Amino acid sequence: MKVNYNVDEKGYYGDFGGAYIPEMLFPNVEELRQNYLKITSEPSFKKEFDQLLKDFVGRPTPLYFAKRLSEKYNTKIYLKREDLCHTGAHKVNNTIGQILVAKRLGKNRIIAETGAGQHGVATATVCALMGIECIVYMGEVDIKRQAPNVARMKMLGAEVRPATSGSKTLKDATNEAIRDWINNPVDTHYIIGSVVGPHPYPDMVARFQSVISEEIKWQLLEKEGRENPDHVIACVGGGSNAAGAYYHYLNNPDVNIIAVEAAGKGIDSGESAATSALGKEGVIHGSRTLLMQTPDGQITEPYSISAGLDYPGVGPMHAHLFRSGRAEFISITDQDAMDWGIILSQLEGIIPAIETSHAFAVLDHRKFGPEEIVVFNLSGRGDKDLNTYIDYFKL
Amino acid sequence: MNRITQAFEQDKKLLSIYFTAGFPQLNDTVPVLEQLQASGVDMIEIGLPFSDPLADGPTIQDSSTRALNNGMTTDLLFNQLKDIRETIHIPLVLMGYFNPMMQYGIEKFCQRCQEVGIDGLIIPDLPVNVYHERYQKTFESYGLLNMFLITPQTPDNRIRFIDKVSEGFIYMVSSASVTGAKNTFGDTQSAYFKRIETMQLTTPQIVGFGISNAQTFQAATQYIRGAIIGSAFIKHLDQYGAHSVADFVKTIR
Repeated sequence: MKVNYNVDEKGYYGDFGGAYIPEMLFPNVEELRQNYLKITSEPSFKKEFDQLLKDFVGRPTPLYFAKRLSEKYNTKIYLKREDLCHTGAHKVNNTIGQILVAKRLGKNRIIAETGAGQHGVATATVCALMGIECIVYMGEVDIKRQAPNVARMKMLGAEVRPATSGSKTLKDATNEAIRDWINNPVDTHYIIGSVVGPHPYPDMVARFQSVISEEIKWQLLEKEGRENPDHVIACVGGGSNAAGAYYHYLNNPDVNIIAVEAAGKGIDSGESAATSALGKEGVIHGSRTLLMQTPDGQITEPYSISAGLDYPGVGPMHAHLFRSGRAEFISITDQDAMDWGIILSQLEGIIPAIETSHAFAVLDHRKFGPEEIVVFNLSGRGDKDLNTYIDYFKL
Repeated sequence: MNRITQAFEQDKKLLSIYFTAGFPQLNDTVPVLEQLQASGVDMIEIGLPFSDPLADGPTIQDSSTRALNNGMTTDLLFNQLKDIRETIHIPLVLMGYFNPMMQYGIEKFCQRCQEVGIDGLIIPDLPVNVYHERYQKTFESYGLLNMFLITPQTPDNRIRFIDKVSEGFIYMVSSASVTGAKNTFGDTQSAYFKRIETMQLTTPQIVGFGISNAQTFQAATQYIRGAIIGSAFIKHLDQYGAHSVADFVKTIR
């Protein structure tokens, strides 16, 4: 029997996923579950979604042969240029999809959570595009760390509400967004930014991001005469860019999947976000998955220099890819990732987001053959990280 | 017979109080329980603190964070409750989120509950269908009742299913909100209470969320068998300390 690495009809990826939600959220999540596939398969939806991805986001994003990088590592490296999407990262693929779903569900108020602010900006952007009220929850600590993105959201007309509970970061912003949704069950849609949360979110977000691997397939066919690379590599925080890059290759054993997590200051340093290495099975934000926690089951605060990888859990798809052995998981330290920010900039003329830099560091940890085709998902650009790069390298 | 079921055989409106274990001070758990019973409370929900309590508002989240900072753990709570049945005879319900129970081990958790004399559990993020498919047999083998929540938005057919799976009582969330968010009842609540009353469910109900004083307790128990007070009691404990339990209960009835 063929193994399925995608979601099953009950909303699980193997042992992981489901909807572990309080009853107060049941009507909201159930409404979405019953309608998301129906809505997204309507021709009018597809037409509007494709049109916006083309004209507003700037898709298809190029699949670029990285010549100098390939020569240096004696293999064939392609970069999927999600950094060229409007707003600077893949995140907008999902927010476009969800705002169209929200409109068709008759919702007139949007809430979102954000860590570094990328998903918040992508959500504020599509709300401005559609003229819908937008409230973004962001940890008080992150608001201070990510001032430019807070300003971008405000310029786009969103209200940024500080999450002041717990550790005042992404997981607490997510808690606050969920509470808002409990208090506003009728008129509000919650745009989750990654392949996390209760079913159907992980599947819905993965479907919206799947445009990444859909394009890789035909672009690689044009360039190399085949749809399948030997390896597809992406960084994983919650895991939405990775889910999109893997999506059409999940059940294709010819394609090796590599997931790159943030080791922070080192797996054993106590300051890390490498969920596959450090996490245990549990429930976070409505999903059964791997998450970092104390022996007593309290959720712990992860650490990475890159705010986008700084999440204590991982999407249930990735938990399943890890446990089943379908994907290779590698973790990369802050230092290696930061060095790769410079290497990629100077070899290929592309300044990557620090999240994305983690993925490239795999080249120093793993050998690829000269005839092998390796696709990196270049999930975001580094503009948002300039201050971190400046501080780190004293630029 | 389980103490919860017994409590509902009395001909009175039940007053149930929620508090967070290990709050305000780590060792306040047992003194608070003893004073609640002495003040004439009919049932107690003991909150097992969790770092990320999604269904709770700021008051209960804050008390949970402080209890965890005090050093509260699942194991420590069971140790605090070790001899509790020597003094406490009213029903005790443990209320907590699923993740700490999973890490403790569901079977071991149920076993410890039974050993110390817990009568039932409320686990807001364990959905009724998952409980029914995966955990019900284990819970029942240790004599534990599991209580589920319903809200004004819960459809009739789901309420019927919850009624079928439930034992003890059904926890009626009074409005679309987290705990401690609202302090008054309006026409929506009255209509909801009446609707549930006319459904003639086999499991008795208790109302929670939004009960904070004598007035809301009266309004809630006009149609429903009992009511739970949580956030308002936590605020009182925070302000006046663990020795002041009776003062609060007196203001309710």
